[in-house]
Formats: sequence, C-alpha cells, structure tokens
Amino acid sequence: MRATSFRIPRLLRSQAFRILLIYLVLFAVSAVALIAFSYWNTRRALDAQTDQTIEAEITGLSEQYQRLGLRGLVDVIISRSIHGDHGLYLLTDAVHRPLAGNLDGWPQVQSHSGHFIEFDYERRYGSETERRRARGRAFALTGGFQLLVARDVHERYETVRLFTTTLPWTVALMVLLGLIGGGFVSRNMLSRLDSINRTSEDIIQGDLSRRVPTTRSNDEFDVLASNLNRMLDRNERLMKGMREVTDSVAHDLRSPLNRLRNRLESALAHSEGDNAEQMQGAIEETDHLIATFNALLLIAEAEAGAAREAMEPMTLAPVVEGVAELYAPLAEEKGIKLAVKPGGPAPIEGNKSLVSQALANLVDNAIKYTPEGGEVTLAASETPGGVELCVADTGSGIPVEDRSRVMERFVRLEASRNSPGTGLGLSLVAAVARLHDAVFTLDDNKPGLRATLRFPVRRPRAAPAE
Amino acid sequence: MRILVVEDDLEAQRYLVNGLKESGHVVDDAADGDTGLTLALSRPYDVAVVDRMLPKLDGLKLVEEMREHGNSIPVLFLSALSEVDDRVKGLKSGGDDYLTKPYAFVELLARIDALMRRRSPATVKTRLQVGDLELDLLTRAANRGVTPIDLQPREFRLLEYLMRHAGQVVTRTMLLESVWEYHFDPQTNVIDVHISRLRAKIDKGFETPLLHTIRGAGYMIRARN
Repeated sequence: MRATSFRIPRLLRSQAFRILLIYLVLFAVSAVALIAFSYWNTRRALDAQTDQTIEAEITGLSEQYQRLGLRGLVDVIISRSIHGDHGLYLLTDAVHRPLAGNLDGWPQVQSHSGHFIEFDYERRYGSETERRRARGRAFALTGGFQLLVARDVHERYETVRLFTTTLPWTVALMVLLGLIGGGFVSRNMLSRLDSINRTSEDIIQGDLSRRVPTTRSNDEFDVLASNLNRMLDRNERLMKGMREVTDSVAHDLRSPLNRLRNRLESALAHSEGDNAEQMQGAIEETDHLIATFNALLLIAEAEAGAAREAMEPMTLAPVVEGVAELYAPLAEEKGIKLAVKPGGPAPIEGNKSLVSQALANLVDNAIKYTPEGGEVTLAASETPGGVELCVADTGSGIPVEDRSRVMERFVRLEASRNSPGTGLGLSLVAAVARLHDAVFTLDDNKPGLRATLRFPVRRPRAAPAE
Repeated sequence: MRILVVEDDLEAQRYLVNGLKESGHVVDDAADGDTGLTLALSRPYDVAVVDRMLPKLDGLKLVEEMREHGNSIPVLFLSALSEVDDRVKGLKSGGDDYLTKPYAFVELLARIDALMRRRSPATVKTRLQVGDLELDLLTRAANRGVTPIDLQPREFRLLEYLMRHAGQVVTRTMLLESVWEYHFDPQTNVIDVHISRLRAKIDKGFETPLLHTIRGAGYMIRARN
C-alpha cells in the first residue's frame, strides 16, 4: 500500500476528482442563485403587500383629515394605534413634534425604497422594550402636518437576517460533504484504475500472463477490465503464434540450408583446382546468406519481444569495457584511437547478450567508417533522463537525410555498398533499442557520427498481485 | 572415440555420420528420441550429438532423462530453432555445448574434440606446456624457453584456452564463446587480430612457430608440424 502523503495529492490530481469538483462548484452556484432568486421574489411580494396596505391606509387617513379635520384624524389614529395589530402611526407638526400615534418620535430612517422608508423602533412589552424593524411611508398633510404610517416587518427582517447569516454555512457544509463524497468516489475509481495500470506495466515489462482483476459488481470498470482481458488474451495468443512462426520459419529454413552447406562441404572435399575454388565461393555465399538470415531472425525476435523474458538488471559499464577490449586490436591495426570515456556503472534492465551485440555493431561500424588517425569514443553514462550508451567517431558521418533510413533493414548507403556486412547492423541496434524501450539516435559528431541509445530509468519491477 | 548421433533429418544425419567416421570415430545413429535414449543408456559413448527437435522424445527431454539415469557423457546440441533463449534452455537441461544449424563440419568436429578433451581431466593442471612454451596458471607467468612473455589478461586467457586444446582445431566462434563469452558473430573478424597479436608475442623471433592457422577452420597450437 502506498503512503497516505502520496495518495492525497494524487487524489486531487485525479480526473474523477476534478470532474466532481467542477460539478460541485456548478451545483453550489446554482443552488445559491436559486435560493437567492426565490428569496428576492418572496421578499418583493411581501413588501408589495405591505406597501399596498400602507398606501390604502394613507389614502384613508388623508380622507379622514379632509373630512373631519385634525381632531378627527387624531381620534382615528389613536383608535387604530390601540386596536390595530401591526399598524404604526405617528402624526406630527411641521417640525416633527408628535401629536398622536404609537411611535415615540420621528424615526431614524435606515433605508429608502421609492416613497417607502425602513426604520427601527422600540416596542414595549410591559417594562421590556424590543427593537424592531418597520416599513412605512411619510405623508405631508395640508397645514404642515406630517403623517407617518408604517407596518411592523420584523418577522420578515429576521428571516432575511437568518438567511444571510446561515447561507454561507449551508454552502460550506454542502461543499464539504461534496468533497468528502467526491474523495471516496475518486479513490474508489483511482484504485480500480491503479490495478489496470499496474497490470499494464507488468505486461509491458514482459509478463504477458497478467490480467486485470475484476469485481463482482459488473460496473463500467468490470466491463472495461473484461474487455482489456479479452484483448490481452488475444495478444498473448498472437505473440505465441508469432513466436511459433519464427521458430518454424527458423527450423524450416535452417534445415535445408544445413543440408545445402553439408553437400557443398562434401563436394569441396572431392573436388580439385578451379572446381574447388568455385565450391569454396559457394560455401562463402551460403555463409553470407546464413548470416543475413540469422540477423533477420534475431531482429524479428527482438521486435516480437520474445527476448523480454531474458531481461534482467545489468550494468552497461562492463559491457562497454568488454566490447572496447574486443575491438581495441582491430582499431589499433587501423591506426584509430579507441577510447572509453569514464562514467558510472550505468544500470539498466536489459538482455546482456543483445545489448553487447548492438554495441559491437555500433563499434564495428564506427571503426569501419573512420579513417586512419581518427578516434572512436565509447561512453556509458547516467543522466537525469535515463542511461546513455554512446559511440562517437570522427569518420565520414551520415548525411542528415539518410540517418533514419539507415536504421531500416538492408539499407546501405552507396558509399558502403562494397564493404562487407549484411546491411542489418543498424537495424538490429534499432530493434534492440525498441526491445529495451530505448531511443536510438544518430547525430552529427562534427565531424563524424554519434550513435546514442537512451535507456529509460530502470523501473523497479512491479510487485506481484496483492 | 564412440559417438552417438541422434538426428531425425536423415540427410543431415548421413552427412554427419559419414564425416565423423571419416575423421576416425565410431558412430551409432538414431532418428528419434526414444531410440536415442535407449542407445545412450545401453552403450558406452564418449560424446552424444543430439538434435534439439526430435520425434517421440524431444532433444531437451532426452538429455534430461539421460542425466536422471546418471549418464554424464558430454552432449552437444544441434538446433535449428531461433537462438535467443534456446541456448540457455539447452544448457539448462544438461547439454554441454550448443551449435546452431547450419554449421560448418569443422566447427562441429572441433567442438566434439573439445568436449571429449574436457571429459578426461587427468589431474588439475597448474602448468600448461606446448613445446618450449610454458604457462603457469598460478603465477600467471608465460615463458618461451628462457624468454618471459608479457601478456595482457585477455591474451593470457586466449593462450590458456589454445594450450588446453593443444593439437586440436579451435574455431573463431569457440574462442569468442569461451574466451570472451560472446554468443554472436562480430561483423568484422576481430578474433584474427587478437590471434595475430598473440602470435607476435609468442612466435616472433623464435625458430619454430607454435600457433598455426588452419585454413577454413580456425587455429591450433602445437609443438611440431
């Protein structure tokens, strides 16, 4: 099991979690918008109702004033002040001195909306007083009198306040619950994806028998897993078939080639002079044919990944030393300086025999195309991006446009067509590179050629199924 | 020497048997695994040459059964299969050497000779001698007569291998496999260059050459022509 400290950021980076987060934000925004809209609508409807009542009362009271005069209005206000349930009244003179009503004095206006004002007032319950919110309208009567008619809207005000203070908490709680839920969902999805990834890794490393585990829930992941498994079954069958084909091609071609060579050898033993020379030539041609066939077969095997099973942890440094030592006398004979650049042990996961052969091919080529007095340098080094195996020479190099072409099978540049070789040397290097997930590049060494194999950082072998 | 050849390709078998007989060996042959096993267990052989793919009993199984019955004669596998892990399988099952078809007859003969030589290690040798060339395996010193010869470690191993097979043909592939432990053919014949350097050290300036080139086959170290 991985450590939690590693799990959490990975969880946050997961696609499932990101999608969930987006939905959560969308949901929160739309919920807030919906609540706000219905609140605003309700409040407007309530205010309109209050405002209508107030308008009606003002109209009524101003009629009373016109009909009965100040005295009559005062009477009505006093009577309504006592009997009305939510009505608030105040009649003052021009300088706001109270004449009648159930408000103590002209209030401090809190807010305006059109003709209407909102203000706080104190209501008495015996000896207790309570500060409450009211909404009303002031109206100037003829004679300089001021009439204020208002309704208590404290309940509505309280609701609004409650609403505005609890809304952030509600949203916060919603987001929190959403995150927890999302975390669980994504972790579940991640663990299923992880098991698919682990299996894929194992298969890439060469264990073709691995399959993605399925659960009994028969959900989308199980469908995906069983589809993948069916694909893997087919792949394994194909690979096996391919190997059988390679084996039988090898067998069916090698046996007649063997008989051919045998016959030529015994014919050579019984011939003389010119005939013998012809036979010797035929044997040499056969050997060349066999060498080409062997090289092709090896490339096919490397590409089929058959050699993946023979991969093991190894270091490049001794391989470089060994190949350099093998070729040193040849280089010396040609007047070429063959040097090994010191580097680290350069560990990789690989097939030692194939890597040695690939390196030998590169060195062979380098010596072949480097003139006397030149230099061939071998290096294995560890870089942050992986392990590099490099063969650099000071020879004629390969023109840029031909560099990728020479890795193809049988491609030989005109200049080298008459040198010995099968034309498969670099193709084998390319196949070995692919087998090792390495990148094979040919660059300009200014002058000369620099062939580089970049091996990926060695991954620890995936642990067996939990 | 008595040699058992188990090979189902009859033409290849005939050629092999004739060639070995011409070289002075006594040869029995079998065309399938069962017959091969019966022969191997009932008669004394010095070497067995076994094809990897045989009817009735596979070459690998044949050798495994031989070993289970306590038969330890050297076995040379012949295989027409692809190489990468087949060599390992062959050697794991109890084979002593492995040769891929098509092979040169001299290569096969040289390897059979080497296997038979390996079979009779009279005593553990600490000194090897060919003519007046001496190799001390303990002090890692080489002398030709009274002249000390300075050898690089790989040259020492090369000379040691040649001297252990003194009087026998040793092929380039055998040297590459035994001295360098490489199982592939380099495009250029690098072994020839190593040999000529060694020859310059042990033969140059001496009256009788010891290291000989056997045309079309390989090399041989021996005291007299």
